Amino acid sequence: MITKKDLEHVALLSRLELTGSEKAMFARQLNDILNYFQSLDCLDTENVQPTTHVLPLQNVFREDWVGQHTSRQDALANCPDRQGDYFRVPKIV
Amino acid sequence: MQLFLLTAHEIHELLIKKEISAEELNKAIYARIEAVDDRIQAYITRTAGKALDQARAVDKQISNGEKVTPLAGIPIAIKDNICTDGIKTTAGSKILSNYTPPYSATVVKKLEAAGATIAGKVNLDEFAMGSSNENSAFFATRNPWDTSRVPGGSSGGSAAAVAAGAAVCSLGSDTGGSIRQPASFCGVVGMKPTYGAVSRYGLIAYASSLDQIGPFARDVTDCALMLNAICGHDPLDSTSAKQRAMDYTSFLKDDVRGLKLGVPEEYMVEGIDPDVRDLVIKAMEKLESLGAVVEYTTLPHTDYALPTYYLIAQAEASSNLARYDGVRYGVRTEGTGDVMDMFMKTRSEGFGAEVKRRILLGTYALAAANYDHYYLKALKVRTLIKEDFVQAFKRYDLLLSPVSPTTAFPIGEKMDDPLQMYLSDICTISVNLAGMPGLSIPCGFVGGLPVGLQLIGRPFDEGTLLRTAYTFEQNTDYHKQYPDL
Repeated sequence: MITKKDLEHVALLSRLELTGSEKAMFARQLNDILNYFQSLDCLDTENVQPTTHVLPLQNVFREDWVGQHTSRQDALANCPDRQGDYFRVPKIV
Repeated sequence: MQLFLLTAHEIHELLIKKEISAEELNKAIYARIEAVDDRIQAYITRTAGKALDQARAVDKQISNGEKVTPLAGIPIAIKDNICTDGIKTTAGSKILSNYTPPYSATVVKKLEAAGATIAGKVNLDEFAMGSSNENSAFFATRNPWDTSRVPGGSSGGSAAAVAAGAAVCSLGSDTGGSIRQPASFCGVVGMKPTYGAVSRYGLIAYASSLDQIGPFARDVTDCALMLNAICGHDPLDSTSAKQRAMDYTSFLKDDVRGLKLGVPEEYMVEGIDPDVRDLVIKAMEKLESLGAVVEYTTLPHTDYALPTYYLIAQAEASSNLARYDGVRYGVRTEGTGDVMDMFMKTRSEGFGAEVKRRILLGTYALAAANYDHYYLKALKVRTLIKEDFVQAFKRYDLLLSPVSPTTAFPIGEKMDDPLQMYLSDICTISVNLAGMPGLSIPCGFVGGLPVGLQLIGRPFDEGTLLRTAYTFEQNTDYHKQYPDL
């Protein structure tokens, strides 16, 4: 059961600011969804390995060489606020 | 002759015989977009100017007697979560409404290298999260067969554009059914290739272990031509598989004799509209009459697929969407305080309700206190679901099922009940969890609305899917019916 307090904590971790009515709606909907998901509890998975990925890939390596990459100007072209060659953000500390 | 109703392979014949030019073709498609898109609303961004330049270059090659590929000059619509260099790419979200990528996805580069023209960028549920296109931050695309209904989702714009003649082929992405379900609702062919068969470089990520790019087309031959253009290993996507190059058109044979097809009984029971089920049974009988062996089989963990899928997809989504913070790209909403205030306001303003719901669910499932109970549990059940398919494919070459339990539903019907909306993906999500290829092909109509038959194959056995779909298509005429617009 997700309480209002749980939801506020998860929202903070998600960097989302929820209005009062959003909190009520999401708490109700997430509880409905998680209740439905309880069906997984009746499966015994004690000795089952998890699957994170379907391909039999381990680490994928390549040679370390300098290729053609996005230029600094292109990388900065979409940023909302910049100063010279830097992304500019509000005060951090 | 209405050019906008032709397939790519039919158009190619006309182009190389010089009966039409690529410029004329692209103009005809643009005229069609102008004529119908105010009703369908498939396109977020149209790129007529660029497409005409590309088309003229193809015409020049043809008049110089150069050999051109089967997709040369063909106008293709691209789902707006696939990056296009210099063309706005929004992912259907307010937070990316001003984003112009400085690079193209590998699939776009490959299509352009094959001479295809880019007709424009088409609508989707925000960040590909949805089954109806109603979660787009901009507008809801409509179903060309009945404009009061949804085209499906999340690649609804890609499916609707092809069905309406507003593009010859298109690209979509499929995380839990987002190519196959809209293809079914709009009466076109849609294919999710094997996970890893197509590079995801430049696809705006939703759930990275499930996402796959694939084609929409008006027939199976065009689908094979699109696969020829987009498949293959890409060093820029470390999860793309190393496979040998193949010509997918070599599988287009009107012959299913000896193939063993299994129909998972879990996909044919409760919740499936009886009319939809009847059409799937008719399709089974058709394939049987053409020489395939068709039997009922079982995928015992099917009931657990939906919770497993939503836990894994949302956990991955919550991580993938952490990058939208108003710093490097996208829309920033300034706060009054520090950087944390800016992050919170940017994300709260920029994301729609479904995206927030999924980020919250994923963050909850990954939180330290819930990790084992939800996320790890889902990963283990994923193993069981995958194993079901491994067992089934020991006995069958292919599995058949409905694509979606119903035909296209009315706009607005499921918007207040997310769980009901999620259930419309019940037949498609396991395929993503297991990484198999899946294809939707038209198999009839209920009340004037198209129904899709799903074919599911072994990993990297797109060939048997194409062969079976092609045989079915050669012996039916559903793909030759068009919505009256």
